[in-house]
Amino acid sequence: MMQFVLSFNQPLQEIERHESPTEGAAALEPWKAYMAELGAAGVMRGGNRLAPPWTATTVRIRDGERLIQDGPFAETREIAAGYVVIEVPSLDDALHWAARSPSSRSGSTEVRPVALPPA
Amino acid sequence: VSLVPGDAAAAAEAAARQAYGRLLAWLAWQWRDIAAAEDALGDALLSALNTWPRDGVPASPEGWLMIAARRNLLKAERHRRVTEDPAVTVLLPSEDGAAPPRRDLPDDRLRLMFVCAHPAIEPAVRSALMLQTVLGLDAARIAQACLVAPETMSKRLVRAKAKIKATGIRFEEPETRELPQRVAAVLEAIYGAYTLDWDAKDGPDVLGGGEGLAGEAMFLAALVAALRPGDAEAWGLLALIELCESRRQARTDAEGLLVPLHEQQPAQWDAALIDRAAAHLARAVSLRRPGPYQLEAAIQMAHLSRRHRGSTPWSDIEQLYARLLSLHPSVGAAIGHALATAYARADPAQGLHRLQAVDPKRRARHQPWWAAQAHLLERDGQREAALTAYDQALELTRSEALRRTMQARRQALVGLSGPS
Repeated sequence: MMQFVLSFNQPLQEIERHESPTEGAAALEPWKAYMAELGAAGVMRGGNRLAPPWTATTVRIRDGERLIQDGPFAETREIAAGYVVIEVPSLDDALHWAARSPSSRSGSTEVRPVALPPA
Repeated sequence: VSLVPGDAAAAAEAAARQAYGRLLAWLAWQWRDIAAAEDALGDALLSALNTWPRDGVPASPEGWLMIAARRNLLKAERHRRVTEDPAVTVLLPSEDGAAPPRRDLPDDRLRLMFVCAHPAIEPAVRSALMLQTVLGLDAARIAQACLVAPETMSKRLVRAKAKIKATGIRFEEPETRELPQRVAAVLEAIYGAYTLDWDAKDGPDVLGGGEGLAGEAMFLAALVAALRPGDAEAWGLLALIELCESRRQARTDAEGLLVPLHEQQPAQWDAALIDRAAAHLARAVSLRRPGPYQLEAAIQMAHLSRRHRGSTPWSDIEQLYARLLSLHPSVGAAIGHALATAYARADPAQGLHRLQAVDPKRRARHQPWWAAQAHLLERDGQREAALTAYDQALELTRSEALRRTMQARRQALVGLSGPS
């Protein structure tokens, strides 16, 4: 068995929809269904939804000075909105689960194996 | 006691003005949620305006508003069924009605300002956030003064508050180690609020008679000085804002063109405000912790001393700028230093020499540098070079009043020498 991290990347527009007081609940319905599927299949090992990108803070140390900046590290077209860790037999199974994620339709889903400890 | 509605409305407004920041700071600190506290306090103010005309203004308007706001917060929380939350229960014991004495309400406005100017909050939004949370200004009014669309301003503020809530930025005095930097950020945001207004007034008249934010910024500066009386820079900033404000009338002439400080009519300066600022600057200096705001205020004060002595003490101003540059280098201070040098020594070439020393990367797109360059070249008799510098300055000028002023000067220079 292997563990994979699925990162759900969404365009800002989609994240704004999730955060909207009026549309938010409806927008999150597909996610609830997806999480329920992962749970029922017994592959889920953990994960979190992330607060929206405007709550992010970036820290750097340069010349010994702590520099704090509002916002995510880089302005990108798609922004991480959450992640799960799943345990499945192979990459093909991980890709199967990634394809079912709502983010694969509105944005993209990155599939990455968890690194094994050095032998 | 029955009051006519107008009086009650005025009393409610006066109470709101005085109490808003104190109440919001306290509620937000208890609740860790500025947006929820604002909603609750807003509703409390509304119900005050509805009931006070009927029942009279309560003995402690502030206490009344706080109880009403707390009740609203609890009501909202009950909807969400999280009354077990300690943040909720802390509000429960005193819901029974008696107004808390004023001394029980700690003044948390400074904490609120520290939150607004937290390093994780984008610098550009700090001033607006402070104006809204400490003084209760609505987003539309701030947006108008900053010349941005109300929706844009509202979105920025909502997001900043969401970030404060989501990340749990603490409503606490910063640690001693961080304190100087954090106080500096608060003062910078207040000065930012003031200059927003200054720049907007300088710009096209799209404000539609809307009030500016200068009075509010001055109030915030006075508040920080009162809450941190041992902080020399807080008094320095208050003096600086008062001094800038004292010459607002003299800034523009009858045609709406900008008048440089050393050519303004001292009779148009607000003498009472200058005297007040002088007292505040003296207080700052007595604390013996010099800083950039105190030096900037001292430079302004030197300029304004012309009202008594009749001439501008350019040598003093040159020295003050030199001190400011060594303490807190900036392009603005370097330009001030160059101009003061040219005037003090009656030698534009020495001023130009100082302007050349400014980092080319930082001056290339800096309008005031090109304006100073044009002015000194003109005084040095380098007509062609001056015209080129005027063109550069004009290209970088965004404000309408400034553009017209620069154009008038360029025109005068062209006219002086006749057609070329």
